[in-house]
Amino acid sequence: MAEPIKIDKEALSFRDEVLNTPGGEHLLRCFACGTCTASCPVREVDENYNPRRIIRMTLLGMRDEVLRSDFIWHCSTCYTCSERCPQGVHLTSIMRALKNIAVREGIIPEAYRMQAKSIRAMGKIYEIEDFDNKKRARLGLPELEKKCPDLEAIIAQGELKDLK
Amino acid sequence: MKPYTLFLGCTIPVRAQNYEISTRKVASALGLEFIHIPNFTCCGYPISSLNEMTAEAMAARNLALAEKEGADICAICTACTGVLTEVGKKLAEDEKARAEINKRLKPVGLEYKGTVKVKHFARILHEEVGLKKIAKAVTRQLKGLRIAPHYGCHYLKPHEIYEGFDSPEDPRTIDDIIAATGAESVSYMNKTRCCGGALLAVDENLALKISKEKLDQLKALNVDAIGLVCPFCSVMYESNQKKIETTFETSYNLPVLYLPQILGLAMGMDAKDLGFNMNRVKANAALQKAGINA
Repeated sequence: MAEPIKIDKEALSFRDEVLNTPGGEHLLRCFACGTCTASCPVREVDENYNPRRIIRMTLLGMRDEVLRSDFIWHCSTCYTCSERCPQGVHLTSIMRALKNIAVREGIIPEAYRMQAKSIRAMGKIYEIEDFDNKKRARLGLPELEKKCPDLEAIIAQGELKDLK
Repeated sequence: MKPYTLFLGCTIPVRAQNYEISTRKVASALGLEFIHIPNFTCCGYPISSLNEMTAEAMAARNLALAEKEGADICAICTACTGVLTEVGKKLAEDEKARAEINKRLKPVGLEYKGTVKVKHFARILHEEVGLKKIAKAVTRQLKGLRIAPHYGCHYLKPHEIYEGFDSPEDPRTIDDIIAATGAESVSYMNKTRCCGGALLAVDENLALKISKEKLDQLKALNVDAIGLVCPFCSVMYESNQKKIETTFETSYNLPVLYLPQILGLAMGMDAKDLGFNMNRVKANAALQKAGINA
């Protein structure tokens, strides 16, 4: 059987952590009506996904369970919950804040790591090769820069500097 | 009309040239000029899940490049539109945030002053070109074609950043443009439902299930094509249509067209000049229905 959930200082510190992360500001507005879950297209096809549950777990200070959960990476960022939330919780932004915190803890899905790597090295997710520019020329489309060194400079000075 | 810089993002230049070609053709015919910036990068969307500030700096760099040209941004991917609009709005309104971001742009020799406006091409068509001018440009009515509009989440939401140009719950701008071509814009229950694209790399099966829902519904409605305005929605509904058919043992054979392809046809342009040969699900039957040779 599950243990009772203790809401102690440590639990409350997770709330503060989310509240202080960009996007997490409106967490405490939630009154758990479930409009988010009822509107969620991911929930529609997978009952394991439940945005209200993630918000409740966050409010109850279940830091590890939330940050290690696949759920936070399964938000499709469609904003339907945010639009319909009667309390203006801005769930899509909270999901983003939770993912940002997970990344600070070193939790990052491989697909995102690969994308970040490409963006840092080339400026884009998909490489523009000579082949692409030749094809673009044939189609009458203008040439694009193949690699953009600016992104290495921008990423290297920020929070993701160690992500390579 | 003032010229815009055309923002292509990651997917369009290498995977959706039919979208780019048709956008450029239609824009040019309607008197909208594009400025080419060869070193625009990723908008920042994929990075925002990892770190918001880094994503904002990426978006700001793109905004600053447009600002240097003295022009606004026309984006044709809805995710790019969303991120660039959101960051642009924040940096225009919040001087402190702008100063913070400009510190990160300094090493690449840029500064953003907060003057660039970002709009999706479909919004520009509806808002600036206008339905009257579009209707006048239509020389070949697509009578008899039934097209289901798919809006794409970030075209409409979050509504706070979009100044009420369309309704997130009951949108009509893309319906209006489809209707202006003489085709029927088919209404359906989950018109604003997400394509699932953001999940494709993280959990393919989950993403495909989300896309499947809409394809099932549109099959039942017997539409001739989907009309959409985002390369990633097209990746889900078109590039992955075969995969959805195999995975879930079903079949659709439903053409997925970019809005400018539909509009271009109605403006009398040839299908091959609008990149129809690059569409994976062939639209020949739909074209014939409208009396056009593929």
